[in-house]
Amino acid sequence: MIWNETKECMSREEMQNLQSARLRKLVDYVYHNVEFYRKKMQAIGLLPTDIKGIEDIEKLPFTTKDDLRDTYPFGLFAVPQSQIVRIHASSGTTGKATVVGYTRRDLDIWAECVARCMTMAGIGRHDVIQIAYGYGLFTGGLGAHNGAEKIGAMVVPMSTGNSKKLTTMMVDFGATAIACTPSYLLHISEVLQEEGLLDKIKLKAAVCGAEPWTEKMRQEIEKRLNVHAHDIYGLSEVMGPGVACDCEEHAGLHVCEDHFFPEIVDPKTLKGVADGETGELVFTTLTKEGLPLIRYRTKDLTSITREKCACGRTSARISRFKGRSDDMLIIRGVNVFPSQVEAALVNVEEVAPHYMIVVDRVNNLDTMEVQVELNSEFYTDEIRGIERLTKKIAHAISQAIGLNAKITIVQPGSLKRSEGKAVHVIDKRKYD
Amino acid sequence: MIEKQLSVFIENRTGRLGEVLQVLKDSEVNIQSLSLADTTEYGLLRLIVDKPEIGKERLAAAGFSSMLTDVLIVRIPHNPGGLQNILKTVAEKNISVEYMYGLTITGDEASVVMKTSDLAKACEAFKE
Ligand SMILES: [Zn+2]
Ligand SMILES: [Zn+2]
Repeated sequence: MIWNETKECMSREEMQNLQSARLRKLVDYVYHNVEFYRKKMQAIGLLPTDIKGIEDIEKLPFTTKDDLRDTYPFGLFAVPQSQIVRIHASSGTTGKATVVGYTRRDLDIWAECVARCMTMAGIGRHDVIQIAYGYGLFTGGLGAHNGAEKIGAMVVPMSTGNSKKLTTMMVDFGATAIACTPSYLLHISEVLQEEGLLDKIKLKAAVCGAEPWTEKMRQEIEKRLNVHAHDIYGLSEVMGPGVACDCEEHAGLHVCEDHFFPEIVDPKTLKGVADGETGELVFTTLTKEGLPLIRYRTKDLTSITREKCACGRTSARISRFKGRSDDMLIIRGVNVFPSQVEAALVNVEEVAPHYMIVVDRVNNLDTMEVQVELNSEFYTDEIRGIERLTKKIAHAISQAIGLNAKITIVQPGSLKRSEGKAVHVIDKRKYD
Repeated sequence: MIEKQLSVFIENRTGRLGEVLQVLKDSEVNIQSLSLADTTEYGLLRLIVDKPEIGKERLAAAGFSSMLTDVLIVRIPHNPGGLQNILKTVAEKNISVEYMYGLTITGDEASVVMKTSDLAKACEAFKE
């Protein structure tokens, strides 16, 4: 099944024409509505009329997460606040969140894109889908929810955190689909097994995303739960989940490229690379009204192909992600920058400025440990004192990143000092 | 009698305790008593030594967090109820014991090391 055959199966030429028309309109729109873009274009002497087609996109300047942060909270919005109907936010490196805003039309398009993805995963109106992403400022829950409603499925808004309730309802409601992070789904499969419910479920499709996972992990999920597991991609700045998803061929993620124009650039030179070559994924939102983004650097590394897929869709496909061009970690679906942990630790006077983040995956759930050195002057000879201190550090970190980390106090001087760029992260998770 | 106790933070890694003892040996610091409080994550080694300042200095140089704490050394008669009497005394004065451990047992006398809330007050209490 294809949700929107007109858009998902257009010829490459038609797609380019559509993208060209939308880009021209977008550039004109941001030039007149967002001071940030106007100034950037003026600085390089670029006028909206200089952009004649999609091939001219390379003339436009890039946008980064820092730009969003610098203009916190609403600086890059292109419409008055009265037209914004929804806000989402993700945690930022300096404690400031990255805020994104949607107009009613933006939400409609978002639901449309998620509907395409859900349909790619074989989900339709006869399905019962549990949405087990977090609901709230995070785009996962509400994003997947609206798309699932759009296709007419029976939506169960589980949110996260209660595996027992989820598995019980999965059986009782006869759930046929689930949307959650892949590591959470593996965890769920274990809970199902422990409870002896594996042969009582009717699950046939899973739409997983919000964190990097391997092809091996995807196959493991398919085998354990006897489902088709699909990789849904998105980032809140660009929209949220639904920017791309893989079809039943599992041969790359189809990008909703009539709405999000993908480019792959060399992260160092920022020049475009050829199809098939790995580089940083850059998105231009072709139709967004609230927070349009021009050439937004995702920092995700991937490659692209524009060849027609065996499923019949002609939309460009990006490969499974091959890492990041920055030091961002994705832990339990949450974006974490080491600098956020660092900033939190600076405010705890008892610890030295050295730290190490150890990320692992235990029983399919991400674990995060932060090792810190105690400042010798704050050393206490009471266990109570050390306990109090680890709690204080844990609190500071959870406030900064929204995740609970295990705190380990180590001997002064025992954390590795390196010359040049310090190593602050040990990621033991395997991505293949 | 109030004395300086040397305490050392020990990561729960094999060999760490041995390293501490090696540093003290190399510094010719003699250990009179020792207690190890440990959790699953780390340990706190508390020591009564003959040269606590030197011990602390050398341990710091070897990369260990350590500190000197005033503790009370209390002699107790080596007979049933001896220790209980001591605890009764501090309880009556509203002094709380944070931790304690044995020091030496010689002949008919024993000593314990105590960390209490109000050290001076506790010291006075025992003199009475
Ligand atoms: Zn499959
Ligand atoms: Zn396909």
